[in-house]
Amino acid sequence: MSGVTVSTTVNGDAVQFVCPPSESLMDVLRNRLNLTGVKEGCGTGDCGACSITLDGRLVCSCLVLGAEAEGRQVETVEGLSENGKLHPLQEQFIEKAALQCGICTPGFLVAAKALLERNPNPTEEEIRYALAGNLCRCTGYDKIVRAVQSAAKIMRRSRKA
Amino acid sequence: MRFESPTTTKAAASLLAAEKGVAHVLAGGTDLLVRMKMGAIEPDLVVDVKRIDAMRELTVAASGVHIGGAVPAAALGESAKLRALWPGVVEAANLIGSDQIQGRCTVVGNLCNASPAADSVPALIAAGAKAIVVGPKGKRRIGADKVVLGPGKTSLARGEFIEAIVLPARAARSGDAYLRFTPRTEMDIAVVSAAVNLTLSRGIVKTAKVVLGAVAPTAVAVPAAARALIGSKLDDAALEKMAKACRAACNPIDDKRGTVEYRTKVAGVLARRAALLAYERAGGGK
Repeated sequence: MSGVTVSTTVNGDAVQFVCPPSESLMDVLRNRLNLTGVKEGCGTGDCGACSITLDGRLVCSCLVLGAEAEGRQVETVEGLSENGKLHPLQEQFIEKAALQCGICTPGFLVAAKALLERNPNPTEEEIRYALAGNLCRCTGYDKIVRAVQSAAKIMRRSRKA
Repeated sequence: MRFESPTTTKAAASLLAAEKGVAHVLAGGTDLLVRMKMGAIEPDLVVDVKRIDAMRELTVAASGVHIGGAVPAAALGESAKLRALWPGVVEAANLIGSDQIQGRCTVVGNLCNASPAADSVPALIAAGAKAIVVGPKGKRRIGADKVVLGPGKTSLARGEFIEAIVLPARAARSGDAYLRFTPRTEMDIAVVSAAVNLTLSRGIVKTAKVVLGAVAPTAVAVPAAARALIGSKLDDAALEKMAKACRAACNPIDDKRGTVEYRTKVAGVLARRAALLAYERAGGGK
Protein backbone atom coordinates (compact mmCIF):
# COMPACT_ATOMS: atom_id res chain seq x y z
CA MET A 1 0.00 0.00 0.00
CA SER A 2 1.58 3.26 -1.11
CA GLY A 3 1.31 6.29 1.13
CA VAL A 4 -0.40 9.58 0.42
CA THR A 5 1.56 12.77 1.12
CA VAL A 6 -0.67 15.40 2.69
CA SER A 7 0.02 19.07 3.44
CA THR A 8 -2.44 20.67 5.79
CA THR A 9 -2.80 23.13 8.67
CA VAL A 10 -3.34 21.83 12.20
CA ASN A 11 -4.06 24.32 14.99
CA GLY A 12 -2.57 27.06 12.83
CA ASP A 13 0.66 25.22 12.04
CA ALA A 14 1.56 23.98 8.56
CA VAL A 15 2.18 20.23 8.76
CA GLN A 16 2.98 17.47 6.33
CA PHE A 17 2.47 13.75 6.78
CA VAL A 18 2.43 10.52 4.82
CA CYS A 19 -0.26 7.96 5.56
CA PRO A 20 -1.93 4.95 3.94
CA PRO A 21 -4.96 6.11 1.88
CA SER A 22 -7.39 4.25 4.13
CA GLU A 23 -6.05 5.69 7.41
CA SER A 24 -8.46 7.90 9.33
CA LEU A 25 -7.59 11.48 10.21
CA MET A 26 -8.09 10.46 13.84
CA ASP A 27 -5.25 7.93 13.57
CA VAL A 28 -3.09 10.45 11.73
CA LEU A 29 -3.61 13.09 14.43
CA ARG A 30 -2.96 10.66 17.29
CA ASN A 31 -0.22 8.45 15.92
CA ARG A 32 1.63 10.58 13.38
CA LEU A 33 1.19 14.11 14.76
CA ASN A 34 1.08 13.08 18.43
CA LEU A 35 -2.12 15.04 19.11
CA THR A 36 -3.45 12.50 21.58
CA GLY A 37 -6.16 14.85 22.87
CA VAL A 38 -8.13 13.34 19.98
CA LYS A 39 -9.63 10.24 21.59
CA GLU A 40 -10.93 7.07 20.01
CA GLY A 41 -14.15 5.91 21.59
CA CYS A 42 -16.22 4.02 19.05
CA GLY A 43 -14.40 4.73 15.79
CA THR A 44 -17.75 4.84 13.98
CA GLY A 45 -19.03 8.38 14.56
CA ASP A 46 -21.33 7.61 17.47
CA CYS A 47 -19.49 8.91 20.53
CA GLY A 48 -17.84 12.20 19.52
CA ALA A 49 -14.61 11.61 21.50
CA CYS A 50 -12.56 12.27 18.34
CA SER A 51 -14.34 15.57 17.52
CA ILE A 52 -12.31 18.18 15.65
CA THR A 53 -13.19 21.00 13.31
CA LEU A 54 -12.36 20.73 9.62
CA ASP A 55 -12.52 24.06 7.79
CA GLY A 56 -14.56 25.30 10.75
CA ARG A 57 -17.11 22.47 10.70
CA LEU A 58 -17.45 20.11 13.64
CA VAL A 59 -16.78 16.52 12.52
CA CYS A 60 -15.75 13.16 13.92
CA SER A 61 -12.14 12.66 12.85
CA CYS A 62 -12.68 8.89 12.79
CA LEU A 63 -15.03 9.46 9.83
CA VAL A 64 -12.51 11.51 7.84
CA LEU A 65 -9.62 10.04 5.90
CA GLY A 66 -6.21 11.55 6.54
CA ALA A 67 -5.90 12.01 2.79
CA GLU A 68 -8.95 14.29 2.79
CA ALA A 69 -7.16 16.83 4.99
CA GLU A 70 -5.03 18.14 2.11
CA GLY A 71 -5.14 21.95 2.18
CA ARG A 72 -7.73 22.08 4.98
CA GLN A 73 -7.76 23.80 8.36
CA VAL A 74 -7.83 21.28 11.19
CA GLU A 75 -8.46 22.32 14.81
CA THR A 76 -8.13 19.94 17.75
CA VAL A 77 -8.48 20.39 21.52
CA GLU A 78 -4.75 21.15 21.61
CA GLY A 79 -5.54 24.42 19.82
CA LEU A 80 -7.97 25.69 22.48
CA SER A 81 -5.53 27.24 24.92
CA GLU A 82 -3.67 30.40 23.95
CA ASN A 83 -0.11 31.13 25.12
CA GLY A 84 -0.48 28.63 27.94
CA LYS A 85 -3.78 30.12 29.10
CA LEU A 86 -6.72 27.73 29.16
CA HIS A 87 -9.84 28.49 27.14
CA PRO A 88 -12.83 29.60 29.28
CA LEU A 89 -14.52 26.29 28.43
CA GLN A 90 -11.52 24.35 29.77
CA GLU A 91 -11.47 26.48 32.92
CA GLN A 92 -15.18 26.01 33.52
CA PHE A 93 -15.02 22.25 32.95
CA ILE A 94 -12.49 22.16 35.80
CA GLU A 95 -14.41 24.68 37.92
CA LYS A 96 -17.73 22.83 37.60
CA ALA A 97 -16.18 19.35 37.81
CA ALA A 98 -17.62 18.52 34.40
CA LEU A 99 -15.47 15.43 33.99
CA GLN A 100 -14.49 12.30 35.79
CA CYS A 101 -12.52 9.84 33.66
CA GLY A 102 -11.87 12.51 31.04
CA ILE A 103 -11.91 10.44 27.84
CA CYS A 104 -14.89 12.33 26.42
CA THR A 105 -13.71 15.77 27.57
CA PRO A 106 -11.64 16.87 24.53
CA GLY A 107 -14.55 16.04 22.23
CA PHE A 108 -17.00 17.94 24.43
CA LEU A 109 -14.69 20.96 24.52
CA VAL A 110 -14.30 21.06 20.74
CA ALA A 111 -18.04 20.57 20.19
CA ALA A 112 -18.95 23.18 22.81
CA LYS A 113 -16.54 25.68 21.26
CA ALA A 114 -18.13 25.11 17.85
CA LEU A 115 -21.56 25.70 19.40
CA LEU A 116 -20.57 28.94 21.17
CA GLU A 117 -18.97 30.34 18.02
CA ARG A 118 -22.27 29.86 16.23
CA ASN A 119 -24.53 30.70 19.13
CA PRO A 120 -22.91 32.69 21.98
CA ASN A 121 -26.00 32.51 24.19
CA PRO A 122 -27.53 29.05 23.82
CA THR A 123 -30.43 27.81 25.93
CA GLU A 124 -29.97 24.65 27.98
CA GLU A 125 -32.01 22.78 25.38
CA GLU A 126 -29.81 24.07 22.56
CA ILE A 127 -26.69 22.98 24.47
CA ARG A 128 -28.10 19.51 25.05
CA TYR A 129 -29.03 19.10 21.38
CA ALA A 130 -25.68 20.47 20.18
CA LEU A 131 -23.80 18.04 22.42
CA ALA A 132 -26.00 15.03 21.62
CA GLY A 133 -23.21 13.64 19.44
CA ASN A 134 -20.86 13.41 22.43
CA LEU A 135 -21.26 10.58 24.89
CA CYS A 136 -20.18 10.73 28.54
CA ARG A 137 -20.62 7.72 30.82
CA CYS A 138 -19.51 9.44 34.03
CA THR A 139 -21.08 12.82 34.61
CA GLY A 140 -24.70 12.38 33.66
CA TYR A 141 -24.18 15.46 31.44
CA ASP A 142 -25.61 17.98 33.89
CA LYS A 143 -22.25 19.34 35.01
CA ILE A 144 -21.12 19.57 31.40
CA VAL A 145 -24.17 21.67 30.54
CA ARG A 146 -23.51 23.94 33.54
CA ALA A 147 -19.86 24.35 32.53
CA VAL A 148 -20.84 25.33 28.98
CA GLN A 149 -23.43 27.82 30.28
CA SER A 150 -20.87 29.32 32.63
CA ALA A 151 -18.18 29.56 29.93
CA ALA A 152 -20.68 31.12 27.53
CA LYS A 153 -21.45 33.80 30.11
CA ILE A 154 -17.77 34.54 30.69
CA MET A 155 -17.10 34.68 26.95
CA ARG A 156 -20.03 37.05 26.34
CA ARG A 157 -18.80 39.33 29.11
CA SER A 158 -15.22 39.42 27.80
CA ARG A 159 -16.48 40.13 24.28
CA LYS A 160 -18.33 43.20 25.57
CA ALA A 161 -15.34 44.48 27.49
CA MET B 1 -6.73 1.07 -1.80
CA ARG B 2 -6.16 4.13 -3.97
CA PHE B 3 -7.51 7.55 -2.97
CA GLU B 4 -8.37 10.08 -5.68
CA SER B 5 -9.87 13.54 -5.37
CA PRO B 6 -10.76 14.75 -8.87
CA THR B 7 -11.95 18.32 -9.50
CA THR B 8 -14.54 17.63 -12.21
CA THR B 9 -17.47 15.21 -12.42
CA LYS B 10 -16.09 14.04 -15.76
CA ALA B 11 -12.79 13.02 -14.17
CA ALA B 12 -14.65 11.31 -11.32
CA ALA B 13 -16.78 9.36 -13.80
CA SER B 14 -13.67 8.27 -15.76
CA LEU B 15 -11.93 7.09 -12.58
CA LEU B 16 -14.97 5.08 -11.49
CA ALA B 17 -15.50 3.61 -14.96
CA ALA B 18 -11.85 2.60 -15.35
CA GLU B 19 -11.61 0.81 -11.99
CA LYS B 20 -11.66 -2.98 -12.38
CA GLY B 21 -12.07 -3.68 -8.67
CA VAL B 22 -14.41 -2.25 -6.05
CA ALA B 23 -14.85 1.52 -6.34
CA HIS B 24 -16.76 3.77 -3.95
CA VAL B 25 -17.67 7.44 -4.00
CA LEU B 26 -16.74 9.37 -0.86
CA ALA B 27 -18.89 12.41 -0.09
CA GLY B 28 -19.55 12.82 3.65
CA GLY B 29 -18.16 9.39 4.45
CA THR B 30 -20.44 8.90 7.44
CA ASP B 31 -21.68 5.59 6.06
CA LEU B 32 -18.75 4.62 3.80
CA LEU B 33 -16.02 4.92 6.43
CA VAL B 34 -18.08 3.00 8.98
CA ARG B 35 -18.55 0.16 6.49
CA MET B 36 -14.83 0.19 5.70
CA LYS B 37 -13.99 0.12 9.40
CA MET B 38 -16.38 -2.79 9.98
CA GLY B 39 -14.76 -4.68 7.12
CA ALA B 40 -18.09 -4.85 5.28
CA ILE B 41 -16.41 -3.40 2.18
CA GLU B 42 -12.81 -3.27 1.03
CA PRO B 43 -12.61 -0.70 -1.75
CA ASP B 44 -9.79 -0.74 -4.28
CA LEU B 45 -10.56 2.85 -5.14
CA VAL B 46 -12.18 5.67 -3.19
CA VAL B 47 -13.11 8.80 -5.14
CA ASP B 48 -13.54 11.87 -2.95
CA VAL B 49 -16.01 14.19 -4.70
CA LYS B 50 -15.66 17.14 -2.31
CA ARG B 51 -13.15 18.97 -4.54
CA ILE B 52 -15.61 19.12 -7.44
CA ASP B 53 -17.03 22.66 -7.49
CA ALA B 54 -20.33 21.66 -9.09
CA MET B 55 -20.94 19.15 -6.31
CA ARG B 56 -20.28 21.68 -3.55
CA GLU B 57 -22.87 24.06 -4.94
CA LEU B 58 -26.09 24.91 -3.12
CA THR B 59 -28.33 27.27 -5.07
CA VAL B 60 -31.73 28.14 -3.67
CA ALA B 61 -34.56 29.90 -5.51
CA ALA B 62 -38.33 29.55 -5.79
CA SER B 63 -37.72 28.53 -9.41
CA GLY B 64 -35.68 25.54 -8.25
CA VAL B 65 -33.10 24.29 -5.78
CA HIS B 66 -29.80 22.59 -6.59
CA ILE B 67 -28.16 20.59 -3.79
CA GLY B 68 -24.73 19.37 -4.85
CA GLY B 69 -23.81 15.82 -3.90
CA ALA B 70 -21.03 17.03 -1.59
CA VAL B 71 -23.03 19.68 0.30
CA PRO B 72 -23.17 18.74 4.00
CA ALA B 73 -26.62 18.54 5.59
CA ALA B 74 -25.62 21.30 8.03
CA ALA B 75 -25.39 23.74 5.09
CA LEU B 76 -29.05 23.13 4.26
CA GLY B 77 -30.11 24.22 7.73
CA GLU B 78 -27.91 27.31 7.47
CA SER B 79 -29.83 28.56 4.41
CA ALA B 80 -32.74 30.68 5.64
CA LYS B 81 -34.10 30.74 2.10
CA LEU B 82 -34.14 26.96 1.83
CA ARG B 83 -35.76 26.66 5.27
CA ALA B 84 -38.51 29.01 4.10
CA LEU B 85 -39.12 27.23 0.78
CA TRP B 86 -38.68 23.59 1.81
CA PRO B 87 -38.87 23.35 5.63
CA GLY B 88 -39.76 19.65 5.46
CA VAL B 89 -36.72 18.75 3.37
CA VAL B 90 -34.46 20.74 5.70
CA GLU B 91 -35.89 19.28 8.91
CA ALA B 92 -35.53 15.78 7.48
CA ALA B 93 -31.90 16.32 6.44
CA ASN B 94 -31.07 17.96 9.77
CA LEU B 95 -32.41 14.99 11.75
CA ILE B 96 -29.61 12.73 10.46
CA GLY B 97 -27.15 12.01 13.28
CA SER B 98 -25.37 14.54 15.48
CA ASP B 99 -23.88 17.96 14.70
CA GLN B 100 -20.66 16.09 13.94
CA ILE B 101 -22.44 13.91 11.38
CA GLN B 102 -24.33 16.93 10.01
CA GLY B 103 -21.00 18.58 9.21
CA ARG B 104 -20.21 15.76 6.80
CA CYS B 105 -23.28 13.80 5.70
CA THR B 106 -25.09 14.65 2.48
CA VAL B 107 -28.63 14.05 1.21
CA VAL B 108 -27.21 12.32 -1.88
CA GLY B 109 -25.30 9.98 0.42
CA ASN B 110 -28.43 9.40 2.49
CA LEU B 111 -30.28 8.46 -0.71
CA CYS B 112 -27.49 6.22 -2.08
CA ASN B 113 -26.96 4.44 1.23
CA ALA B 114 -30.47 3.12 0.55
CA SER B 115 -31.56 2.56 4.13
CA PRO B 116 -35.33 2.01 4.51
CA ALA B 117 -35.18 4.39 7.49
CA ALA B 118 -33.22 7.21 5.78
CA ASP B 119 -34.63 10.51 7.05
CA SER B 120 -34.17 12.73 4.02
CA VAL B 121 -35.54 10.26 1.47
CA PRO B 122 -39.31 10.48 2.19
CA ALA B 123 -39.03 14.28 2.25
CA LEU B 124 -37.15 14.35 -1.08
CA ILE B 125 -39.68 12.07 -2.74
CA ALA B 126 -42.58 14.12 -1.35
CA ALA B 127 -40.88 17.23 -2.73
CA GLY B 128 -40.73 15.70 -6.20
CA ALA B 129 -36.92 15.82 -6.17
CA LYS B 130 -34.88 14.60 -9.12
CA ALA B 131 -31.39 13.13 -9.02
CA ILE B 132 -28.82 14.13 -11.63
CA VAL B 133 -26.96 10.92 -12.34
CA VAL B 134 -23.50 11.07 -13.95
CA GLY B 135 -21.85 8.07 -15.50
CA PRO B 136 -19.69 6.78 -18.33
CA LYS B 137 -22.52 7.47 -20.80
CA GLY B 138 -23.12 11.04 -19.65
CA LYS B 139 -25.87 12.57 -17.54
CA ARG B 140 -29.44 11.52 -16.91
CA ARG B 141 -32.16 12.69 -14.54
CA ILE B 142 -34.29 10.31 -12.53
CA GLY B 143 -36.89 10.81 -9.84
CA ALA B 144 -35.61 10.50 -6.26
CA ASP B 145 -38.18 7.69 -5.92
CA LYS B 146 -36.37 5.73 -8.65
CA VAL B 147 -32.99 5.56 -6.90
CA VAL B 148 -33.55 3.10 -4.05
CA LEU B 149 -34.56 -0.47 -4.97
CA GLY B 150 -34.28 -2.08 -1.54
CA PRO B 151 -32.13 -2.05 1.60
CA GLY B 152 -28.60 -1.14 0.44
CA LYS B 153 -29.55 -1.43 -3.24
CA THR B 154 -29.82 1.39 -5.79
CA SER B 155 -30.67 1.58 -9.47
CA LEU B 156 -27.32 3.23 -10.26
CA ALA B 157 -25.27 1.30 -12.79
CA ARG B 158 -21.58 0.56 -12.36
CA GLY B 159 -19.59 3.76 -12.59
CA GLU B 160 -22.61 6.00 -12.01
CA PHE B 161 -22.99 8.48 -9.17
CA ILE B 162 -25.35 11.33 -8.27
CA GLU B 163 -23.98 14.79 -8.93
CA ALA B 164 -26.85 16.68 -7.33
CA ILE B 165 -30.44 16.68 -6.15
CA VAL B 166 -32.77 19.17 -7.77
CA LEU B 167 -36.02 20.36 -6.19
CA PRO B 168 -38.71 21.68 -8.54
CA ALA B 169 -40.08 25.22 -8.77
CA ARG B 170 -42.05 26.07 -5.62
CA ALA B 171 -45.60 27.29 -6.13
CA ALA B 172 -46.95 29.93 -3.78
CA ARG B 173 -49.02 28.58 -0.86
CA SER B 174 -46.94 25.44 -0.57
CA GLY B 175 -45.58 23.74 2.51
CA ASP B 176 -43.92 20.49 3.48
CA ALA B 177 -43.15 18.68 6.71
CA TYR B 178 -41.28 15.61 7.89
CA LEU B 179 -41.83 13.83 11.19
CA ARG B 180 -40.27 10.67 12.51
CA PHE B 181 -40.74 8.55 15.57
CA THR B 182 -37.67 7.41 17.50
CA PRO B 183 -37.51 5.99 21.04
CA ARG B 184 -34.92 8.66 21.92
CA THR B 185 -35.07 12.36 21.03
CA GLU B 186 -31.67 12.44 19.32
CA MET B 187 -29.11 10.14 17.73
CA ASP B 188 -31.59 7.47 16.75
CA ILE B 189 -32.97 5.87 13.61
CA ALA B 190 -36.58 6.25 12.50
CA VAL B 191 -38.99 3.51 13.55
CA VAL B 192 -41.63 5.19 11.38
CA SER B 193 -41.54 8.45 9.47
CA ALA B 194 -43.83 10.51 7.27
CA ALA B 195 -43.33 13.35 4.81
CA VAL B 196 -46.15 15.46 3.40
CA ASN B 197 -45.92 18.15 0.72
CA LEU B 198 -48.94 20.32 -0.09
CA THR B 199 -49.93 23.18 -2.35
CA LEU B 200 -53.11 25.08 -1.49
CA SER B 201 -55.55 27.25 -3.33
CA ARG B 202 -57.84 29.38 -1.13
CA GLY B 203 -57.19 27.07 1.79
CA ILE B 204 -58.08 23.95 -0.19
CA VAL B 205 -55.44 21.32 -0.93
CA LYS B 206 -54.71 21.43 -4.65
CA THR B 207 -51.79 19.01 -4.89
CA ALA B 208 -50.44 16.62 -2.27
CA LYS B 209 -47.77 14.01 -1.80
CA VAL B 210 -47.55 11.66 1.16
CA VAL B 211 -44.50 9.45 1.62
CA LEU B 212 -43.75 7.04 4.47
CA GLY B 213 -40.33 5.87 5.69
CA ALA B 214 -39.18 2.81 7.67
CA VAL B 215 -42.40 0.86 7.07
CA ALA B 216 -41.27 -1.04 3.96
CA PRO B 217 -38.00 -2.03 2.21
CA THR B 218 -37.96 1.44 0.60
CA ALA B 219 -39.68 4.74 1.30
CA VAL B 220 -43.22 4.46 -0.07
CA ALA B 221 -45.28 7.12 -1.75
CA VAL B 222 -48.97 6.65 -0.94
CA PRO B 223 -51.06 8.12 -3.78
CA ALA B 224 -54.33 7.09 -2.11
CA ALA B 225 -53.33 9.11 0.96
CA ALA B 226 -52.55 12.11 -1.22
CA ARG B 227 -55.90 11.78 -3.01
CA ALA B 228 -57.69 11.77 0.34
CA LEU B 229 -56.26 15.22 1.07
CA ILE B 230 -56.80 16.83 -2.33
CA GLY B 231 -59.89 19.01 -2.44
CA SER B 232 -60.12 19.17 1.36
CA LYS B 233 -59.25 21.70 4.05
CA LEU B 234 -57.80 18.84 6.09
CA ASP B 235 -61.03 18.20 7.94
CA ASP B 236 -61.12 15.17 10.22
CA ALA B 237 -62.77 12.93 7.62
CA ALA B 238 -60.07 13.68 5.03
CA LEU B 239 -57.31 13.17 7.59
CA GLU B 240 -58.76 9.86 8.74
CA LYS B 241 -59.12 8.68 5.16
CA MET B 242 -55.48 9.62 4.56
CA ALA B 243 -54.31 7.87 7.74
CA LYS B 244 -56.21 4.74 6.71
CA ALA B 245 -54.52 4.76 3.29
CA CYS B 246 -51.14 5.14 5.04
CA ARG B 247 -51.80 2.20 7.32
CA ALA B 248 -52.80 0.10 4.32
CA ALA B 249 -49.52 0.96 2.56
CA CYS B 250 -47.33 -0.28 5.45
CA ASN B 251 -45.32 -3.46 5.13
CA PRO B 252 -42.89 -3.03 8.02
CA ILE B 253 -40.43 -5.33 9.74
CA ASP B 254 -41.21 -6.56 13.23
CA ASP B 255 -38.44 -6.02 15.76
CA LYS B 256 -37.73 -4.85 19.27
CA ARG B 257 -37.77 -1.22 18.14
CA GLY B 258 -41.30 -1.47 16.84
CA THR B 259 -43.82 -4.22 16.12
CA VAL B 260 -45.73 -4.41 12.85
CA GLU B 261 -48.93 -3.21 14.57
CA TYR B 262 -47.15 -0.35 16.25
CA ARG B 263 -45.35 0.89 13.15
CA THR B 264 -48.55 0.64 11.12
CA LYS B 265 -50.59 2.60 13.64
CA VAL B 266 -47.92 5.29 14.14
CA ALA B 267 -47.54 5.74 10.36
CA GLY B 268 -51.11 7.06 10.22
CA VAL B 269 -50.60 9.27 13.28
CA LEU B 270 -47.38 10.83 11.95
CA ALA B 271 -48.81 11.36 8.47
CA ARG B 272 -51.76 13.17 10.03
CA ARG B 273 -49.51 15.44 12.09
CA ALA B 274 -47.17 16.06 9.15
CA ALA B 275 -50.14 16.97 6.94
CA LEU B 276 -51.41 19.50 9.49
CA LEU B 277 -47.94 21.00 9.83
CA ALA B 278 -47.45 21.22 6.06
CA TYR B 279 -50.91 22.81 5.76
CA GLU B 280 -50.05 25.44 8.35
CA ARG B 281 -46.73 26.16 6.64
CA ALA B 282 -48.52 26.56 3.32
CA GLY B 283 -50.55 29.32 4.92
CA GLY B 284 -53.74 27.32 5.43
CA GLY B 285 -54.40 28.74 8.89
CA LYS B 286 -57.28 27.37 10.88
